[in-house]
Order: sequence, then structure tokens, then C-alpha cells
Amino acid sequence: MKKEEVPQDKSNLESANFRELCYAIDENGEYTTANSTGWEPKTVALNNAIDEINERIEDAKKRVLEGKTSPIEYYMELHKMDVGILASYVGLWQWRVKRHFKPSVFKKLKTNTLQKYAEVFEISVDELKTVK
Amino acid sequence: MKEETIINFTHHQAAHCENGVVSNLMKHNGFSVSEPMVFGIGSGLLFCYIPFLKVNHAPVITYRAMPGHIFKKFAKRTGIKMKREKFSNPKEAQSKLDENLERNNPVGLQVGVYNLLYFPDEYRFHFNAHNMVVYGKQDGRYLISDPVMEEVTSLSEKELEKVRFAKGAFAPKGHMYYPISFPEKLELEKAIVSGIKDTCKTMLAPIPIVGVKGIKTIANLIRKWPKKKGIKTANHYLGQVVRMQEEIGTGGGGFRYIYAAFLQESGKLLGNENLTELAKEMTEIGDLWRDFAVEASRIYKNRSRSDVGQSENYNQVANQLDHIADLEKVFFKKLKKAI
Repeated sequence: MKKEEVPQDKSNLESANFRELCYAIDENGEYTTANSTGWEPKTVALNNAIDEINERIEDAKKRVLEGKTSPIEYYMELHKMDVGILASYVGLWQWRVKRHFKPSVFKKLKTNTLQKYAEVFEISVDELKTVK
Repeated sequence: MKEETIINFTHHQAAHCENGVVSNLMKHNGFSVSEPMVFGIGSGLLFCYIPFLKVNHAPVITYRAMPGHIFKKFAKRTGIKMKREKFSNPKEAQSKLDENLERNNPVGLQVGVYNLLYFPDEYRFHFNAHNMVVYGKQDGRYLISDPVMEEVTSLSEKELEKVRFAKGAFAPKGHMYYPISFPEKLELEKAIVSGIKDTCKTMLAPIPIVGVKGIKTIANLIRKWPKKKGIKTANHYLGQVVRMQEEIGTGGGGFRYIYAAFLQESGKLLGNENLTELAKEMTEIGDLWRDFAVEASRIYKNRSRSDVGQSENYNQVANQLDHIADLEKVFFKKLKKAI
């Protein structure tokens, strides 16, 4: 990649006002660095990944409202987590977290357990019982 | 600790966090070592498909060595001694950090990205192998030199604790590190040779998921994705391949450009013309990785487009990868002989 080819496309970096560093060659073929505001092929990939996450959040929300899963799954998706990550944050086995997705089990959870989830998601126990 | 401690530390932006922290800490201690030099000596370049693991619900490919390995190998090959500490208690982790700052010692920290508030929201995923330097404390906030950022920044005590004790894969557990002793004279020549040999060995390893063979394996998987997974999932997977390749920190082209810069610098240092020539070749290979990303993005641009043509497009990008694999195979054989 030549220095003048370092892409300056619009990207999500703009919101944080920073440019990433790329390596490229100058007119004498010597390596140098140049800042890039973004590159479309990867911005598209990132945006798609975010759409994917938003769909997962919407889907979880729908299933909470239909009584098919507990709000824990919704908040897990909202925080871009999967069961493994959530389990390590609350310090429980994965199978237990999965069990807490069952609305009937969720209803009977002790405040202590609910509190653990609420802390991870940075919300109150009351908020944990509903979806926004 | 004192109200205010600011260590005279110069922030240099880097492409990648791990190289950047090493390079910046070296410079702070009076050794001018560039980012590509750290990356090359630490054998950072890699291609590896990690089967059975999913991140963001898609397969994982890495274009670089495991977190921490670049640093470890660089230190070993240049004769630098490192001190590393992990903590189970966040309070202890903080007091050890404060102690170091008071001793005027900037330290490297491994942190999770998800709660790193100065990152754009879209980049905040549960990735726990990010690196930064803390170089002081002012008004209760830690002063942070994050190598991927253009400027220095700061985090509150609570914010820093959160990222140091992020959970999940590669949980940092407060991981803090800094160099404690240096050789009298930094002899890079021998270190460069070991670094290159090691990289050639891995890239040519007879293991189906690693190096050149790993690229071939991925090419084959890509061909199968549309039929096996459906176009939508295939598009998601392909997008992730490109994201890993071009993620912030790769310097472009899946680290191939940084590696080329390393070869160019080494060529001059060792007076080895072959390395200089090979640097040019690696740059061209890097360009091909970029071309692959462009073609791939044409496929996944429309996430749910599912006509017959898509399957054929998958074959074409897979062919591009096969071609890159062939070129890299020849390349690393030549590189092995050049030193």
C-alpha cells in the first residue's frame, strides 16, 4: 500500500474523533506510517456485525414479551455477551445461567442472585425484571 | 499516594497495542526500538484458524500471535527481564499500580475493551487482550497512554478497575507488567534472526489450521459456507474474517505491512539485500490481502442477498485466498534461506 492510498473513508471512528495508524510505503519505497479515518470494506463488516447484534437483541426482547425467555437473556444480548461471558461475570456455571433463562425459574430466583445479574448489567433488580 | 504523579512519558501512536506498549516502554528507558521491530523480533506474524471457538457467533481467525507472546519472545530474544503480576484482589492491584507510579515507573496493563469508555461504542466488544501504559495519576484519574489512540487519555479509578478485571476469555486479572533489567547494549541482529526463523517455522508448519495451510483451510471453509450455513450466516462469517484481518491494530493487510516494514528495517540493519527485496514482496502480498477484503465486502455489503451468483462469488474470494497461500508458501521458504 502506498502512503497516498491509505484510505480516508468515513467510518465509526469519527464519533470518538480518532484515526488509526497504518503502515505504507512512501514515494521512495521506504516504510512510513499514515493515519486513516477508516476504510469502507471494514466499516461495512463492522456495521453488519452491529446489525446482527441488534437483531439478536430485538429477537430476545420479543421472546421475553412472549414469555419464552427471561429478561436475563435480553440484557445479555444488549451487552454483546454470550452465555460463557455472562457466566464468568456472575460467577456461575453456564448451565445455571441457561436455566435462569426459563421464565418459570427466573420468577423464583432469590434477590441475591438477581442482584448479581443486576450489578453486571449496571441496572437495578426492578429493571432486571422488565425489558425496555 | 500523592495527590499528583505525572511521569515524563512520551506517547507514540502505534498500529497495534502490544507492540506499541513494548516500543513505548523501550523508548522510555532509552532504547529506540520501532513498532515493526518489536513485532518482527517477537514473531508476531501468524495465520491461525481457531476451530470450535466462536466470537460474536462467528468463527475466529487470528493474523497475529497469541496475546502476550510477542512481548514474551521479544524480551527473551533481546535479553530484557520483565516483571509480571496478576491479582485476585482489585484493591491490591490498584495499590501495586500506585506504588509503581510513585517510583516513577510507567507500567503496561492488560485490559478488556468492552468498558473502555474512550473507544467508539461500535468497537467495544468483549475482547480482553488490549494493552495500555499508565504513566501517572492526576485529580484521582489515571493517565493513560493507549498506543492505538492518537492522543493520551485518562480513566477514573473505578473505570480502570473495571477494565483490568474484565471477565471472559483471556480475562486480564489485573495483569501488570514492566521491564526491570536491560542488557548493556541492545543487540538486535541475533534477535532478528531468531524472530524470522520462528515465524517461517510457524507459517510453514504442517498443521492444517496454522500458517499457509491454515489459509487453505479457511479458503475451503469459505467455499462451503453458503450451502452449509445459508447466505446470511455465510455473509456474517465472511465479514468477521475481514474484520479480524483489518481490525484496528493490524496496520493494514492482516499485519503484512508491519511485517514488511520490519523486513525493510532489518535489511538495512543487517546489510542484507535479500531482506530488502523480500520486504517489497511482502508489501505486494499485503496488497493482495487488501484486494481480498474489497472483494469480500462486495459480497457481504448486502447482508441478506441470496441469489445464485453469491455462491460463485464465495468461490472467487476463496480462490484469492488460495493464491495468497501459494505466494506466502514460496515467500517464507525464501525468507528462511535469506538469513
